[in-house]
Amino acid sequence: MKEQLELILKQGLEEISSASCKDELESARIKYLGKKGELTAVLKMMGKLDASERPAMGQLANEVRAALENAIESASVKLAEAALIQQLKDEALDVTIPGKAAIVGHKHPMYVALDELKEIFIGMGFTILDGPEIELATNNFDRLNAEEGHPSRDWSDTFYFDEDSRVMLRSQTSPMQVRAMDTMELPIRILAPGRVYRKDEVDATHSPMFHQVEGMVIDKNITMADLKGTLNTVVEQLYGKGTKTRFRPHHFPFTEPSCEMDVQCHKCGGVGCPTCKGEGWIELLGAGMIHPRVLEMAGIDTNVYSGWAFGIGLERMAMRRFKIADLRLIFENDVRFLEQF
Amino acid sequence: MNLSRKWLNEFVNVTASDKEFAEAMTLSGSKVETTEDLGTEINNVVVGKILSLEHHPDSDHMWICQIDVGEEEPVQIVTGAWNVHVGDIVPVAKHKSTLPGGVKIEKGKLRGVKSNGMLCGLSELGLDERDFPYAVIKAAAVLGDYKAIDPEKPSIPADIQPGHKIYGPVVAAKITEVSTVSYGTFAVTLDMGGKTASIETGCMNLHEGDMVAYNTKNEIICTLEDLHAEQKEFPHCITDGIFILNEEGIKPGDDIKPVIGLDDHVVEFEITPNRPDCLSIIGLAREASATFGQKLKLHTPEVKGGADGNLFELLDVETPDPDLCPRYSARMVRNVKIGPSPKWMRERLRAMGVRPINNIVDITNYVMLEYGQPMHAFDYRYVNGGKIIVRRAQDGEELTTLDGGVRKLTNNMLVIADEDRAVGLAGIMGGLNSEIVEDTTDVVFESACFDGTCIRKTALALGMRTEASAKFEKGLDPMNTLPAVDRACELVEMLGAGEVVDGIIDILNYVPQPRILKLEPARINGLLGTDVCEEEIVRILKSVGFEIEGDQVTVPSWRADVVGMADLAEEVARFYGYNNIPTTLMRGETTQGGYSPAQKLENRLGALCRGFGYDEIITYSFISPTYYDKIGWAKEDARRASFKILNPLGEDTSIMRTTVLPSMLEILTRNYNYRNRNVKLYEVGRIYLAGGEDGLAVENRVLSLGAFGDDMDFFALKGHIEAILSDLRVEDVTFVPCTDNPSYHPGRCAMVYAGESCLGVLGQIHPLVARNYGVDAQFYCAELSFEAINAVKGADPEYQPLPRFPSVTRDIAVVCDQSVTVGQLQAAIKKGGKNLLKNSSLFDIYQGKGIPEGKKSVAFNLVLRADDRSLTGEEADADVKSILEALAADCGAVIRA
Repeated sequence: MKEQLELILKQGLEEISSASCKDELESARIKYLGKKGELTAVLKMMGKLDASERPAMGQLANEVRAALENAIESASVKLAEAALIQQLKDEALDVTIPGKAAIVGHKHPMYVALDELKEIFIGMGFTILDGPEIELATNNFDRLNAEEGHPSRDWSDTFYFDEDSRVMLRSQTSPMQVRAMDTMELPIRILAPGRVYRKDEVDATHSPMFHQVEGMVIDKNITMADLKGTLNTVVEQLYGKGTKTRFRPHHFPFTEPSCEMDVQCHKCGGVGCPTCKGEGWIELLGAGMIHPRVLEMAGIDTNVYSGWAFGIGLERMAMRRFKIADLRLIFENDVRFLEQF
Repeated sequence: MNLSRKWLNEFVNVTASDKEFAEAMTLSGSKVETTEDLGTEINNVVVGKILSLEHHPDSDHMWICQIDVGEEEPVQIVTGAWNVHVGDIVPVAKHKSTLPGGVKIEKGKLRGVKSNGMLCGLSELGLDERDFPYAVIKAAAVLGDYKAIDPEKPSIPADIQPGHKIYGPVVAAKITEVSTVSYGTFAVTLDMGGKTASIETGCMNLHEGDMVAYNTKNEIICTLEDLHAEQKEFPHCITDGIFILNEEGIKPGDDIKPVIGLDDHVVEFEITPNRPDCLSIIGLAREASATFGQKLKLHTPEVKGGADGNLFELLDVETPDPDLCPRYSARMVRNVKIGPSPKWMRERLRAMGVRPINNIVDITNYVMLEYGQPMHAFDYRYVNGGKIIVRRAQDGEELTTLDGGVRKLTNNMLVIADEDRAVGLAGIMGGLNSEIVEDTTDVVFESACFDGTCIRKTALALGMRTEASAKFEKGLDPMNTLPAVDRACELVEMLGAGEVVDGIIDILNYVPQPRILKLEPARINGLLGTDVCEEEIVRILKSVGFEIEGDQVTVPSWRADVVGMADLAEEVARFYGYNNIPTTLMRGETTQGGYSPAQKLENRLGALCRGFGYDEIITYSFISPTYYDKIGWAKEDARRASFKILNPLGEDTSIMRTTVLPSMLEILTRNYNYRNRNVKLYEVGRIYLAGGEDGLAVENRVLSLGAFGDDMDFFALKGHIEAILSDLRVEDVTFVPCTDNPSYHPGRCAMVYAGESCLGVLGQIHPLVARNYGVDAQFYCAELSFEAINAVKGADPEYQPLPRFPSVTRDIAVVCDQSVTVGQLQAAIKKGGKNLLKNSSLFDIYQGKGIPEGKKSVAFNLVLRADDRSLTGEEADADVKSILEALAADCGAVIRA
């Protein structure tokens, strides 16, 4: 019997270890440990043994059973591992196949540029203001110190809706200065972006409709130094710390002193190149201290209050920001263009 | 405004390089656009003297010249020009030289003979006859060149010999000797077959051996004109040739540039409209003087006068419209000799971009450039009655201006007239009837100040903006008319162009009163944020012509733009330096910045649309009225009432849109035509409706969606809108079929409601409308009112407890008539569902086998749940039964067998 048990152990272990799948392992288990299995058959003969032999044989039989069970257990674990490895192998994908399309739309590049500007000014306590595009000439011109006879009032320059030149398409966002002064409490800090209209034929740099952004501050003790400080801060946020600016005297009817602000050419660093037309500087915006007459017309006491204002052309800013060469692309709205931003 | 730096230096000594000059002037307020070295293109071109000429052995028309260019050895140059003679002084472009237009000259061979450069004509140096009138070439017709128009019938026989008659007194003659008498005059000996003659001629193309036509009666050598010949008969007889110099004090080897006035540098300024005083050399010199701290050297014109006659008897001036003519000054010049002006004057005019014409006209231009005061010169002969009347034109009055245009005038225009007729358009252009011509002898110089607005409007109405009108329209200094007219007279005397009559006519229609301002250094510094001391402020103001006494600042007459403290502050800032003003951050009360709720909604809508793959577009607010036809609106549709631009650029941009649909369709179509696939676009655009305050518009915003492509259909668009409204927590959203919107497919269009409030419309574009856009595709569009959405958007959410008990789901399928809508079925389900129904969702619609004709099977998934207990099957069944009863009762729908 001992020999029999040892043979079962030997053969059983061999068979278990050679099982290449779950089914083979199971049939090995049934063959040796099943109700009709070989070990069971041997055990059934136990009764025929001498009582003295029984304990030793019983122990041996249990050891054989335990050894086989252990072997089956570890073989089963190994087989499961192998099966998993195989499964993973079978399930492997070509991960270079494109993903399932999830399309996200794009903000228009001009509004990308505008939103950057808005965020900067909101951070400095500015309110974003919207206003009408069909505007009174009073607000667009008279209240901004561009009186009757000013060339920009000509029908060759500005669109009108009546023969009296009373109602017009605003030619600048500056009437928002007037509207803010008339409706808001002092102090005022506003940023007013919007559409403006001038009688320019469409070409690579002109459009009869375009966008401006007006900024204005009115408070006690506002100085030209504040204007420079604020605009320098804005430019550094837009174009990076250390971006150089320069201020040049200029003329606008509604500011005095007036200036234009140039930014040092990012391409050549001020040496002069085709981008800046050899000047080393790129004109960015017009600004100035609000003309005392403009404040007075709004009933603001110029002995107490002063302010500054600026206006910037959004198209040009966006075109520079994204290196867009032709203004017409902005209004063409070709998705192959829009989807680049 | 151009500025010759040579001319500038007459008034202020500035030695800065062009770049430094441009930078400094720009930063003090005179913006420099460009600088140009006039001679930059000309290099290695020198004065040369022709030492000898010989015929080219292999060419009839070429000469081999030996030329002294100031070097040890003469250079040999081959030229094809015929107007050169030994001894001539000529411009020589040497080996490795450059000429205008990027021309490069190098040595080479011409028909085998070495040529070490080129002799230059006027045009090769970038000049023309008006720059050097003396260099006009007169050419004789050389018979050796003759080519008959009809070879069968030559006018001049090929074998013509000296002495043969050509016609009348004209005979063929051979030149036996040529020598230069003086510049442009040659002594010539002619052989007429035995008979000889010696004459002087101005023809510059003659050389020994040439056969010419000689008029024995007039004793002249015939030109083409004299022979009534055509150019093609004498192809080599051309007036183009080498520029023979006639300048004093030059010698071989001298650089050509100073000789021809191209050693100047020209600076182009952009002058802002508030500074008409800077549209002059003196004005810019004043700015340069203050910018560079150099003394301004002004000159007071001195006129000798003394011509015959009494000015006030010769000329009478009336100004019946004093408001349009604040000042009129005039002087007279007699015994005028019209001719070219001297070289220095021509050079300066040329540098400033003005063409020289004749001495009198050049003087008026010169003074206009120098003083900024437009001048006009009339021929006194044509001023009828010796009377100048500055009056309004009569409606319909006509005047032919100097440019030959016939101008029809109106009563709003100002003319210069004599007793009978207009002789000039005030401040814009003179009349052809009083033009300065060759034989003009008496000239009236006008130096006036006209109303800027009147001049501007006239120039605009007639489409003739001139240099003079551009100056007048900005408002000129009335104190400038006298010095300017004196300067013109001084120049007349200096040029010997005529004799000036004593006296000046000067009509002053207003009382000149200098503007006095208060000097307030503290306020100036307060506005600028600077700390400039009073002495410096005073110094700066004085440097640009302000006079200061105590705290009184007298504004100079040419600075009408300076009216208050802020203007003085700008003057101080300009010369203190804008870039020296400190940079500070604003102090004071802090303000809360940010977006308004509506702006936040606009941002949110944009983000949602982009989330669904829509790209943002920007479209024009103005459209053509025909676009309403294109989108199918009836002629009488009230929505066509648009704000109409009275002076549009064109019809396509002539009215303000009352709908965003055409704008969207235009962009969709463009993308479709570009063969872009799967296009989704959005815009929050404005529409402009009547009824706003003060006659303005109500500018409502519309969320405009438009799409086409493989993944688009009605339900895709509807799904996006549902998701957008759901995100904004808009409640009670319903879609109502809309069959009568002419822009949309009647079976694929719905109005969107939130409760009772209509938010807008969505659907497939009507095939007829698509056809109007030339498109054979399904476009899907939606127009949702931004204001309506803003009004119905939900409040911030409040947390709802999550369900604690399981829900029961049941699927039901019912069969109903095809005409019953899913919406009606859902309404019945809602009605029958009592409290337990939490959700019902459509999952199938089926027609076909097993379903009777005219019927459809619609299947829903129902979710039932109680908040306080687990539902039993019986409870759920009871609810489903109630739902089925409602479906049967309301929709005639029965459970599918």
